[in-house]
Amino acid sequence: MKTFPEIAHTELRDTQLRRNIRKATTTIRARTARVTAELPDWEQLRDAGQAIKQATLRDLDKHLLQLEERVTAAGGSVHWARDAEEAREIIIGITRRHGATRAIKIKSMTTDEIDLNPAMHAAGIEPIETDLADMIVQLMDDTPSHILVPAIHRNRAEIQALFEDKFGQGKLTDKPTDLTAAARLYLREKFLNTPVAISGANVAIAETGSVCVVESEGNGRMCLTLPRVLISLMGIEKVLPRFEDLQVFLQLLPRSSTGERMNPYTSLWSGVREADGPQEFHLVLLDNGRTKIMADEAARETLHCIRCSRCLNVCPVYERTGGHAYDSMYQGPIGAILTPQLRGYEKAGSLPFASTLCGACYEVCPVKINIPRILIHLRAGATDARRAAHAIDPETVAMKAALWMFASQSRLGAAQALGRIAQRAIAHDGLISRLPGPLSGWTDTRDFPALPAQSFRAWWHNRAHPK
Amino acid sequence: MSARDEMIARIRATQTAAPPPAHIPAYRTHMQANRETLVQHFIERLADYHVSVLRARGDGEIGEVASRQLATRNIASLVIPSDMPASWRPTTPAPREDTGLSLQDLDAAAGAMTGCLLAIAETGTIVLDSGPGQGRRALTLLPDYHLCVVRESAIVGIMPEAIAALHPHVLRGAPITFFSGPSATADIELDRVEGVHGPRTLDVLLVA
Repeated sequence: MKTFPEIAHTELRDTQLRRNIRKATTTIRARTARVTAELPDWEQLRDAGQAIKQATLRDLDKHLLQLEERVTAAGGSVHWARDAEEAREIIIGITRRHGATRAIKIKSMTTDEIDLNPAMHAAGIEPIETDLADMIVQLMDDTPSHILVPAIHRNRAEIQALFEDKFGQGKLTDKPTDLTAAARLYLREKFLNTPVAISGANVAIAETGSVCVVESEGNGRMCLTLPRVLISLMGIEKVLPRFEDLQVFLQLLPRSSTGERMNPYTSLWSGVREADGPQEFHLVLLDNGRTKIMADEAARETLHCIRCSRCLNVCPVYERTGGHAYDSMYQGPIGAILTPQLRGYEKAGSLPFASTLCGACYEVCPVKINIPRILIHLRAGATDARRAAHAIDPETVAMKAALWMFASQSRLGAAQALGRIAQRAIAHDGLISRLPGPLSGWTDTRDFPALPAQSFRAWWHNRAHPK
Repeated sequence: MSARDEMIARIRATQTAAPPPAHIPAYRTHMQANRETLVQHFIERLADYHVSVLRARGDGEIGEVASRQLATRNIASLVIPSDMPASWRPTTPAPREDTGLSLQDLDAAAGAMTGCLLAIAETGTIVLDSGPGQGRRALTLLPDYHLCVVRESAIVGIMPEAIAALHPHVLRGAPITFFSGPSATADIELDRVEGVHGPRTLDVLLVA
């Protein structure tokens, strides 16, 4: 398993990626700043969003049970999945029961989280991504690089070549309008002739048993309306208690996400409706580590996230490395705290360190998640985990040695005297441009200040006791 | 233990980690504006979405205004909900009622004409609940053109007003669709393209 710095090292060399990401983040940043500044009560909405999420998690059991009761009363079925495997089995089982050989999908990070697509392929069911960017990523056998615009690392020429190859519509131009029209034509047949659709959920309302999907392209409406069977997979933290709570999040989400006052399409449905939309509805409630996050007092607000991706767009680290370096469907600052908690430090322990702790993410988060504080908390966790796993590793040994040295005045003085002798060969004009051995990693990209001829402590001593 | 029981037990076991409940601060619940300002605001937002706005002074004019606009847009075949009032119906093209048409039939229609439940001025959003004069969800989704009739009296100021008005409909199980302009994507190099899978052209007919 590669660490964040290892993947970032490769990704940083991709100038196309860096240009695209920079353009995307700069554009979206300006738009979100404009439309959030426009609302006189934006700060109150953020506080309300935070308070609602906090209160909801506190009584999550009650809200989920009420949601189950209302969805069932409205003619839907509710399934509970403790982990990814259970969720995959439920979804594939339902799809199989209907004899479907393919299923249309709405962009859903939660289905990526449970690795649904590979499992469907293995079960002989073709998952068809219908969000334009997700479809591009899927047809290219690639991975997403941004929560909101997953194919931001691809340019129009690459997409043109891909569509010409896959759609059977002959030659296309590289104009986004024409490429989008080609995708409309290609997908329309799939929308009309596929019996099962799989979606995520932006929000569910316990009071009314409703599920809500927020989108732009209309592929969501197609999937939610045309097939006979609809399966929605939802992390348990997405439930809201009252219908009224929706008004806060339908203002926070589009303005923070795409920087629109309102996204083009928002759908809300409760169970099944006779002669209008799918006649069978399944809601799958997913834990997959979420209750573990809830048990950690210092990190549980990670689950307040509404997946708007605003933190990615303001992050100086994300802007340079892009999304692939995070090796997860959740990238940027939110990914740096969510992924290690879902996968464990062993697999994602380098992510909490993928930050300068500048705090830009906390400043813009629509539900005010204190990401820097959680990053520090997780850094401590990752360090403890590493210490527990390796009795002797160089960093621990170095830190222990440093502790021993700094703990005694005489030892520190002796070490400084030794250092002054040792640096003679490598220090020039008060700078060391190349440290020896494993320390050279630090000086590869920066200078290291040399020890001065006299330390502050020595100067102070001499001043108080002149010779 | 069933997955359900185990998940509920896990959640209950975390409650000691929950912070004390916070007070939910007040935010705007309505827009202070008269009818004229609301209508003006709504029209400006629609213009942002490049939506054309037509006006009718009363129900009696709707059919006529619609006919003219459908001719301008070259809409050769039109589907409408079967409960659409007679005075709303255009004469050309002769509208076809959706009395359980197949999805293929809806897909083959050039346009759809419907009413709506309400509209939101601040965001230029129109809300459908499959109620009277609106038809089922597929009707306003498959045809490439949508002409939507909005009564000026159905325009509210901001989202919380819409949510309050929708509440009884949702409790009755009505499916809700919010739409703000035509469908759009910015997935290719962040260039905004209007019109992806839903109707690529939307016209709004405002009725005084």
